[in-house]
Amino acid sequence: MAIKLGDYKTGVHNDWCPGCGDFGIVNAIQMSLAEMQIPKHKAAIFSGIGCSGKTSHFINTYGVHTLHGRVLTFAQGAKIANPEMTIIAAGGDGDGLGIGAGHFVAAGRRNVNMTYIIFDNAVYGLTKGQASPTLKLGEQTKSLSNPNPNYNVNPIALAISSGFTFVARSYSYDVRQLKDLITAAVNHKGLAFIDVLQPCPTYNDLYTRDWFGGLDQINEETKKPTPRIYNLADVGYDPVVHYSTTTELNEKLAQALEKSLEWGDKIPTGIFYKNELVTPYTKRITDKVPNYLENPAAKQKISKNGKTTTDISEILDSLSV
Amino acid sequence: MVFDYSWLIGGPQGSGVDTAANIFSRVGTKLGYHVFGKREYHSNIKGLHSYFVVRLSDNKIRSNVNGANIMVAFDAETMIRHGLSISKNGAIIYDSSIVNTSIDEIPTIEADHRVRLDEFFKSKNMEPKVSSIIELAKESGVNVYPISFWDALSNIADELKRPELSRMTRMFNVLGVSFSLGVLKAPIAPLLESIEEIFSTKPTIADLNKKAANFAYNYASAKFSGFNASLNETDKEPNIMLVQGHQGSALGKMVCGCRFQSYYPITPASDESEFLETHEILQVKEDRPGSTTIVQTEDEISAIGMAVGASLTGTRSATSTSGPGFSLMAETLGWAGINEVPVVISLFQRSGPSTGLPTRHGQDDLLFAINAGHGEFPRIVYASGDVEDSFYDTGKCFNFADIFQLPVIHILDKFIASSVVTCNRFEPDLVSIDRGKLLEKIDGDYKRFAHSPDGISPRSKLGLENGVFWNTGDESDEHGHISEDPVNRIQMMDKRQKKVEQILTLVPKNDQAVAYGKSDICIVSWGSPKGPILDAIEMHRKEGHEIGFIDIKLLEPFPTEHVKSLLKDSSVIVDIEANMTAQLGSLIRKNLLKDPDYYVLKYTGRPMTCIEIFDSLKKILEKKAEKRQVLLYGD
Repeated sequence: MAIKLGDYKTGVHNDWCPGCGDFGIVNAIQMSLAEMQIPKHKAAIFSGIGCSGKTSHFINTYGVHTLHGRVLTFAQGAKIANPEMTIIAAGGDGDGLGIGAGHFVAAGRRNVNMTYIIFDNAVYGLTKGQASPTLKLGEQTKSLSNPNPNYNVNPIALAISSGFTFVARSYSYDVRQLKDLITAAVNHKGLAFIDVLQPCPTYNDLYTRDWFGGLDQINEETKKPTPRIYNLADVGYDPVVHYSTTTELNEKLAQALEKSLEWGDKIPTGIFYKNELVTPYTKRITDKVPNYLENPAAKQKISKNGKTTTDISEILDSLSV
Repeated sequence: MVFDYSWLIGGPQGSGVDTAANIFSRVGTKLGYHVFGKREYHSNIKGLHSYFVVRLSDNKIRSNVNGANIMVAFDAETMIRHGLSISKNGAIIYDSSIVNTSIDEIPTIEADHRVRLDEFFKSKNMEPKVSSIIELAKESGVNVYPISFWDALSNIADELKRPELSRMTRMFNVLGVSFSLGVLKAPIAPLLESIEEIFSTKPTIADLNKKAANFAYNYASAKFSGFNASLNETDKEPNIMLVQGHQGSALGKMVCGCRFQSYYPITPASDESEFLETHEILQVKEDRPGSTTIVQTEDEISAIGMAVGASLTGTRSATSTSGPGFSLMAETLGWAGINEVPVVISLFQRSGPSTGLPTRHGQDDLLFAINAGHGEFPRIVYASGDVEDSFYDTGKCFNFADIFQLPVIHILDKFIASSVVTCNRFEPDLVSIDRGKLLEKIDGDYKRFAHSPDGISPRSKLGLENGVFWNTGDESDEHGHISEDPVNRIQMMDKRQKKVEQILTLVPKNDQAVAYGKSDICIVSWGSPKGPILDAIEMHRKEGHEIGFIDIKLLEPFPTEHVKSLLKDSSVIVDIEANMTAQLGSLIRKNLLKDPDYYVLKYTGRPMTCIEIFDSLKKILEKKAEKRQVLLYGD
């Protein structure tokens, strides 16, 4: 029997502010799970701390609301121990690119087959609007007493240079695109990252829904706003690394990095970079442990009638001098 | 007369001292002796002083003595540091080229040590040189055997027609151990066998070393034939293994079904993870091979995060670290506590605070292990006293984690990790596996944190049908969803805290604390002082004095009632531990409302010897002891 969208919803009261961009992301995750028909016990949502951290409580799959900055560590441990699970990690930009930046970089290097979604709103919402890592130098959102004294992190560029093999951006009010990207990310063979631009209606008065929609950029002829957000797929951009040649790889990396710098009047979304020619972590394990995928940590039988079934006699023999 | 003999080899780090000690230990084991060896080294890759003492005995031994009977020194620093610790009638085999080296020519001796040496030589009215040490050793009845290690190398190079060998100073180690065995008139076969076994994957190197060993052995046995002690074939007990300290808990993990370990490199814990990774594919009875997944992480925060994530899938999971890394794990420890996740943290203590003495021993982290993490949540802190214990205790720790659904901190330390000992072959059949309330099938409604009389709820795992649950570091309801309701809060806090009572009821008394004889005078200790304490009380027993010893293994929750009952017939309590502030002592004061009568403490970063403990107990027996004795022996 088909799993319905409603099956992925919990009855937990959602306490995000009215108009919060987070809603679109939760909806998109649920839509994507329904589209892929993933049984709810076969998926786990791991989340960090902050408003976005509550995401896991709203989705009716296994939900693990972890610690500030540490979501990727828990998620990778679970995925490596049980590679049959579909794992989606979610967290804010402060969580993933501030306190958790070290794990972000290390996760890229590992390329574990899972998806990481950053709720990117440039502020620390739950602690009342402090500047987060994606707020640009000199910008001053409404609860800051002074302009931001720090340069911003570029999440797309950081992901690409850290080794993520699927790097995308979306916008939380474009739920359909986001759903498609999540599905593509989950199906990607390696670590996928989606940076979701997500207005915080309470604390970020700069990157608002109106600003993303270009209400300040009225086309003189049509008298209509010119939206800032556009889709890379609509402009003939090819993010995929097709061959394992250094030349093509470097071109695709350079192209993605260049696109990641585009900001202001036009903001690209969609897939920036996709490379399935890099070995996923699974492959790196099966190269050493050939039956890892059939018999991973979580599936192994370790005892019979309360006694161990592991046979270490060869090792003990080697220690018997 | 009981044969009890210690051999010391020293040299710059990276020069192969470990290999030499490994050969000597194997020879001792093959001859049927009990072996206890320990390695001391600086936090350094190449050049600073390291040394190994290997003690052989007819009897079971669990520690080192002070000093040694025979020493090999091919560098001046070894002679300066250890030359005067060789006992009467013992021997020093040294490279004749170091005789005129003065202390000033040894840059690796610390400034403070240099001042102490200068004062020493001044007091003796001697030059601060190796030759003075040799003179003093001779005066105290030590045989000194100068040999040119360089000439020996040249001879071997000539004989084999391989001139490049004449510069291979790495060979000094094989030469040193072979000279020693020649002086000690040991049979040569075990020496050659040991070399072959150690270099089994490198036959050409094995061959070369065997030739060098042959040469050195024959040279020394011919030239120094008059030495008064010898190593002989003795009655070998069956089923004896020679193990390195870190292998106990690693093998314990394999056997008890730990299938995931994440770690960040740190001394002295990493050896354990590396051993596990070397043996990552596991043989399983009547089944396909299994495996342990070992992940080297970006830091210890990630290490414990991954282990907890892996544990949520139902996998027995662990991380392994030392004090600095454990400090970083504190926040996630609390998360595992509130979410009732079974996870084992193998804590190989070393000397702190901060980086402290990074390659040296210490037991400074007991109270930290008990208190790490903010907020209040139950955990188990369990300590092992030696390599053999650590094998069996590891299995117990995983059972505790599963049965009580909480983090377990298994305390080990540098002394255990870098010792090499003979012990009885581990018996995997004695390890039982109890996964507690872990479910394999769920029908109907499921609540991960359902209230239950014992505070422990049936546990689902990621991937189990009908077992969906939520975890959160926030206080939660029975499903695992956030709840700040005050009534729920108190129910959940009380639910988790009920485990404390369960632990003290269900953990067998003999796993809580072990009494090794009872007496009016009774030692209390925890962890690795066990070995030197047992050896020391054995020495006192031989002199007609009974001293009791209680090894407290369960440190949190503290087994107050059991310890009280074990101590009820003792009027004098002696707390022995390797830290400055007597951390176990503070637990005794808090839980037993009793101040131990004596404290014997050591915090030089060097492990206790049985002699030190024997001496300190002697003072207590003679009623001449201060309340607090601080042990200082060792370099």
